[in-house]
Amino acid sequence: MLAAFVKKETLHILRDKRTILIVLLIPIILLVLFGFALSLELKNIDIAIIAEHRTESIRQLAEKIEANPYFTYKRVINSGESDECLRRGDADAIIIFSKDFEKSLQRPTDKPVIEIITDASNPMNSNAAIGYLQSVIAGSISPIAEIHMLYNPQMSSAYTFVPGLMGMIFLLICAMITSISIVREKETGTMQVLLVSPAKPIYIVVAKMIPYCILSCLNLVTVLLLSKYLLHMPVENGWLGVCLISFLYIILSLSLGLLISSIAKNQVMALVLSAVVLLMPIMMLSGMIFPIENMPWLLQEISYIVPAKWYIEAVKKLMIEGLPFRSILTELLVLLGMTLFLVIISLKIFNRKKD
Amino acid sequence: MENIIEVHELTKQFGKFTAVNHISFAVRKGEIFGFLGANGAGKTTAMRMLCGLSHPTSGNGQVAGYDINRQPELIKKHIGYMSQKFSLYDDLTITENIRLFAGIYGMKSVEIKEKSTALLTKLEIEKHRNTLVGALPLGWKQKLAFSVAVFHRPKVVFLDEPTGGVDPATRRQFWEMIYEAAEEGITIFVTTHYMDEAEYCNRVSIMVDGEIKALDTPAQLKETYNAPSMDGVFRALAKTAKRGE
Repeated sequence: MLAAFVKKETLHILRDKRTILIVLLIPIILLVLFGFALSLELKNIDIAIIAEHRTESIRQLAEKIEANPYFTYKRVINSGESDECLRRGDADAIIIFSKDFEKSLQRPTDKPVIEIITDASNPMNSNAAIGYLQSVIAGSISPIAEIHMLYNPQMSSAYTFVPGLMGMIFLLICAMITSISIVREKETGTMQVLLVSPAKPIYIVVAKMIPYCILSCLNLVTVLLLSKYLLHMPVENGWLGVCLISFLYIILSLSLGLLISSIAKNQVMALVLSAVVLLMPIMMLSGMIFPIENMPWLLQEISYIVPAKWYIEAVKKLMIEGLPFRSILTELLVLLGMTLFLVIISLKIFNRKKD
Repeated sequence: MENIIEVHELTKQFGKFTAVNHISFAVRKGEIFGFLGANGAGKTTAMRMLCGLSHPTSGNGQVAGYDINRQPELIKKHIGYMSQKFSLYDDLTITENIRLFAGIYGMKSVEIKEKSTALLTKLEIEKHRNTLVGALPLGWKQKLAFSVAVFHRPKVVFLDEPTGGVDPATRRQFWEMIYEAAEEGITIFVTTHYMDEAEYCNRVSIMVDGEIKALDTPAQLKETYNAPSMDGVFRALAKTAKRGE
């Protein structure tokens, strides 16, 4: 009996070419977009230098900047030019070496005086430029602070987006599309016919979930392949762990979809519920875009009940930080608990609703 | 004659609202039983209880030999159902729809194959067997939906406003199919909005405000209420309704 239902659901999906195309393309499009086009990293920051005396150390620094792929070394300008230079867009940042820069280098008690001016009309770019410059300057001049960027040495932002994207993609496909497909049957009246039949409601629901579960696993494979071969993520031994926790998260999203379908009266409502009630908080509160540590206390507390937060955290640990599997035990247990809770609740509500 | 449906004092309450108020009636085997009532009179709720979809608040009864309160799952096995909304899958072919529903009712695939060939030949849609149901005209769909509802030879088939939105010619053909099924011994339990269809039934009950206000043959009802047609009978009874739509 279950097999007949699974076959029916599979036929529904296969005959709906548009949906299946969207479902399979979403991960690819999102990954490529975030990985390349929407990159948060800056390249080709134009740098100009103001220095009265061109000393050896200044020349060395200029060489270093020139060699760095993130910077384009423009030229030495006069102090009077700086404002115009930034306004015209000739330079994104200007480094000013004070007159006694060279002398201050010799005396360890004095701090070398360097000024950096940036065009902060785009604060994000300007911050990034300062960050890069500081690390370059620190590396060459001041021995006080050495900066190491661990786990993501190229500071590539595509990396950091992958776990967040995965959290979003699975939720989108599982919860949204499953709930819509169940609610559609309510709307067309076929659900009524199924409920009057001797078919067990649990079969009907489980059969709905299986093909979407398989689709999501396909998506998981796509995402993992893309992150390895397209984004060159250095996942060493974490693949199995990522697959395991993703599978758990897929089941969880499916039961969320079932829950939504019991509440929603029509397809539009199911769509709005999944988009607004599920997707928005997950994007906002999961740490995908905004760091949770910077949020007000209340939002931080709320973020603990967002499943995506735990999932993304775990995937980050495995895929980016390269931590061993045992480091995600907490996340795994929390997700397992949430999944069990949601499966039970949504089946209960589904059963009660038919009365 | 043997009763296939029998209910006593069947009641369904939603909170303080009594949707179905102590109804008692019996339907005989092989009968075409019309279940009439205005919108909101409690028809659908009563029918859901008979189908084993909803537990009665009080009262008891049996359908197809099984107890409404205790054996709803067994009832489901021995009834057929067709709703006012078109109840087949548009994106499955005729054959796939038949196989799916016949399979749900536990029919063997050899039997399904034989019977569906016979059915498609009878309906003269043999060459469309692999056409998606969504591409069929509404009249065909309706006839097909009814054929699927009685495909597993249920003891009773529940038809919930089966002819909504269908043209008169197709409605006639549809009723011919209903008669045919009744002759084969399948009891028909049908709700309808069309009063001319009520005339086709062997017996008719009329629900008003959750209670059965009249139950008899169409001829007898017309005589009792001194009305020229079933429409007159229905209006005379519906006037007494206090519930709004």
